[in-house]
Amino acid sequence: MTDDSTNPAQRRVVGTPQIRKEGAEKVLGRAKYVDDIEFPGMWHGATVRSTIPRGRILAIHFDESVPWHEFVIVTAADIPGNNHIQMIAADQPCLADGAVNHCDEPILLIAHPDKRLLPQAVASVRIDYEELPAVLSIEESESKREIIWGADTSTPNVFKEFVLQKGNVDEAWSSAACIVEGEYSTGAQEHLYIENNGMIADYSDDGGITVWGSLQCPFYVHKSLMAVFNLPEDKVRVIQTETGGAFGGKEDYPSIIASHAALLALKARRPIKMIYDRMEDLAATTKRHPSRTRHRTAVDKDGKLLAMEIEIATDGGAYSTLSSTVLSRATLHATGPYVCPNIRIRSRAWATNTVPYGAFRGFGAPQTIFAIERHMEHIALAVGMDPVELRRRNFLHDGDTTATQQIMREPVILDQLLDRALAVSDFYAKRERYARENATNPVKCGIGIAAFYHGSGFTGSGERRLNSLAGVDVTLQGKVRVLVSSTEFGQGTNTILAQIAAEALGISYDDVEMAPSDTHLIPNSGPTVASRTSMVVGHLIQRSGRQLIQTLKEAANLSDNYTRHDFFAACELLRARDGEVKSLSRYEAPPNIYWNDDTYTGEAYPAFAWAVYVAEVAVDTITYSAEVIDFHTVQEVGTVLNPTLAAGQIEGGVAQGIGYALYEKVQLKNGHMFNNQMTNYIMPTAQDVPPIHVYFEQIPFAYGAFGAKGIGELPHDGPAPAILNAIQNATGESFSAIPLLPEDIFLRFASYGLDPENITA
Amino acid sequence: MSDCRIQLTINGQQTSVEAPPMKRLLDVLREDLDLTGTKEGCGEGECGSCSVRMNGELVNSCMVPILQAHGAHIETVESLAIDAELHPLQKAFLECGGAQCGICTPGMLMAATHLIAHNPNPSLEQIREGLAGNLCRCTGFIKIFDSVITAAAMEGSRTHAR
Repeated sequence: MTDDSTNPAQRRVVGTPQIRKEGAEKVLGRAKYVDDIEFPGMWHGATVRSTIPRGRILAIHFDESVPWHEFVIVTAADIPGNNHIQMIAADQPCLADGAVNHCDEPILLIAHPDKRLLPQAVASVRIDYEELPAVLSIEESESKREIIWGADTSTPNVFKEFVLQKGNVDEAWSSAACIVEGEYSTGAQEHLYIENNGMIADYSDDGGITVWGSLQCPFYVHKSLMAVFNLPEDKVRVIQTETGGAFGGKEDYPSIIASHAALLALKARRPIKMIYDRMEDLAATTKRHPSRTRHRTAVDKDGKLLAMEIEIATDGGAYSTLSSTVLSRATLHATGPYVCPNIRIRSRAWATNTVPYGAFRGFGAPQTIFAIERHMEHIALAVGMDPVELRRRNFLHDGDTTATQQIMREPVILDQLLDRALAVSDFYAKRERYARENATNPVKCGIGIAAFYHGSGFTGSGERRLNSLAGVDVTLQGKVRVLVSSTEFGQGTNTILAQIAAEALGISYDDVEMAPSDTHLIPNSGPTVASRTSMVVGHLIQRSGRQLIQTLKEAANLSDNYTRHDFFAACELLRARDGEVKSLSRYEAPPNIYWNDDTYTGEAYPAFAWAVYVAEVAVDTITYSAEVIDFHTVQEVGTVLNPTLAAGQIEGGVAQGIGYALYEKVQLKNGHMFNNQMTNYIMPTAQDVPPIHVYFEQIPFAYGAFGAKGIGELPHDGPAPAILNAIQNATGESFSAIPLLPEDIFLRFASYGLDPENITA
Repeated sequence: MSDCRIQLTINGQQTSVEAPPMKRLLDVLREDLDLTGTKEGCGEGECGSCSVRMNGELVNSCMVPILQAHGAHIETVESLAIDAELHPLQKAFLECGGAQCGICTPGMLMAATHLIAHNPNPSLEQIREGLAGNLCRCTGFIKIFDSVITAAAMEGSRTHAR
């Protein structure tokens, strides 16, 4: 049995629509999410939060009407280790100590056996502050009237800055036939996983801390708890419970809520459950970074890009958390999938007194892809060219270099993706028909396009630094187990990794299960982020499988044409010799991958997923609502490991992208989200999503699992610009900011005197 | 307020609970009866994760005080499979990819059960309308629509019941 990754005809499991591993438990209602778990003697925890965006804490008063002796109360003084949440830098306190830097910042924790008494108790803690002026926008932070972060650095208020240069932009302007400028902005977006953040913690002197919870990255939480409690590795144990959606929203925040639950457990000497309700989750946890991107582009008379100057600013919130890496990905996706000889990008992540922004599917890319794909539309208008043709003329091809001077060594098939997208959406015929019908119809229809890539895996040297370890073992009960810290939160980790293991080992999908997601039992295969699970971790599982077969052949005489029975019999022979049957693999970078963090040049990503999306909209000029009526997606993500799950990723990502463009508005007052309810933070419902058509081209990537590249984040990148391009096609109006709500469209038309006749399509 | 004794029929079994009259049906199911298949997503009747059927009507159990459920017949996700036999909707959700993270799935299944009970062969538009009160953040709903259409075509999608 072979596992020839280049020959789909020889595969049995990879590429087939295997049923989701944990699917039966989910449809039966038996899957255990954190709030479904009870321990004897368990108490419930709650958080007292800042009500001001910036200030000093002067005093904390406990209202005497509450029987406080029944409660356990934790403040920063109770923290045995470091009072910070360990992400990239250590600037975010676990609990505010003397000062607060954003609304909803945690200040103290309380626990009680009866959870129904907690809201009243939280409300009965009064905090006196000396308020300081708050910085609440990118522009206020840029003005530096208030320095709120990095006062001792050369770039105060700036979490991170990148400058990326290729060629010489300054010499290109004079030779341009046309120079096009534009400014584009994107709002915050809430993940709105349907399961809120939640965690249970327990403490014992012998075992240390154990937490169970809803999370993406067990070893991020592990590392954070070690620092907060000053405990060694083996005294901290993190167990992931079934996780009801994440989308990046459970990448860094679980480290905070786990620390809080564990602090209460340490003091109460009993298990503590902390489950946020929706209002708390919306107000206190991370969102997508708001952004502002400015473009200045030189083009020649044929529409070829001569120079691109791009300035990116993101709002990082009050602490640095993941802002530097989000900014990096934003920067590396800012030019879109186009080739240009002269590029200068300057990007900065700014500190503000708002809840820290964090990871969200796409991780900076949706922000800058929105900007470039709207800007391409404006360039097309300026040079009088079909926007489709303008894109085609500037597409990257094999052998071209990107902004970081990365040479495209893998095949780039953008032309093919574009052709297929135009064909399946019937683009030109529809554009013509809509233009004809719009003349007499108050509902204006339009069609728009977006082309883009998404880099798979960690940026630059990131995967080398992660140095991931993953593998398989075989249990005494005759099951192969996948050993990873990569977690399942709906996207299909369990299923695709089991498929990869089964394929590599030449056994059936049903013979493979996942090892429990428990840091005491699994190796660190890195965080479950960055569209890296299929490509990077999957490849480690494939290698581990091959390695195990090789060992079984050498040590247990496994024949070339082995059966399932032969395989497990050989495993037992190996166990008799070694005491265990286990095969682990460590990450090895593909050849020719070099990255220079200082100059930001080299191979930004080992592989890219590519896509062309086509949106069709209907804009009602009486109600000013814009609706997406059809959506076509064509993408190349390497090998499709499971067609049902892969299509599900695309459809779900497109729906989130539609929400990002047209519905989802985080409204802040003093940096506090005041529409923190599902009633008034609106996501697309079953009645709002259009038909979403999904097409894959497959070009296997030699260093991904059976040829897989990343898929999860890609579909969030394209919808917003495609939709706003379609709205421009429908109405003739160009909008440069999202979310674009009916009131925004109304305001634009109101400026023309509300006469629909003024709307020219 | 003192506890009251509530009699109700849950998934075909008569039971009684002592609870504060304003305790949510959702909490009684999860805490008093250990039926944790029903999930809380928003606590304000917006997301539908806590959907159950009450006297044949689809309700958000986070919006029902237990007092109101006195004498009622309640069906939860735990009622769908009969012994080891999955309900056609459960089978279809598995085959079609209708469940991803799974947290909306129990409520979605109850809404779909309710829909098919009233309309054995719903059109796509009727499915969209029937599921409009149930939010899913993973699937973009497309594979949920596929699941309901597939289940409706299966033998016993309407009659499969205790």
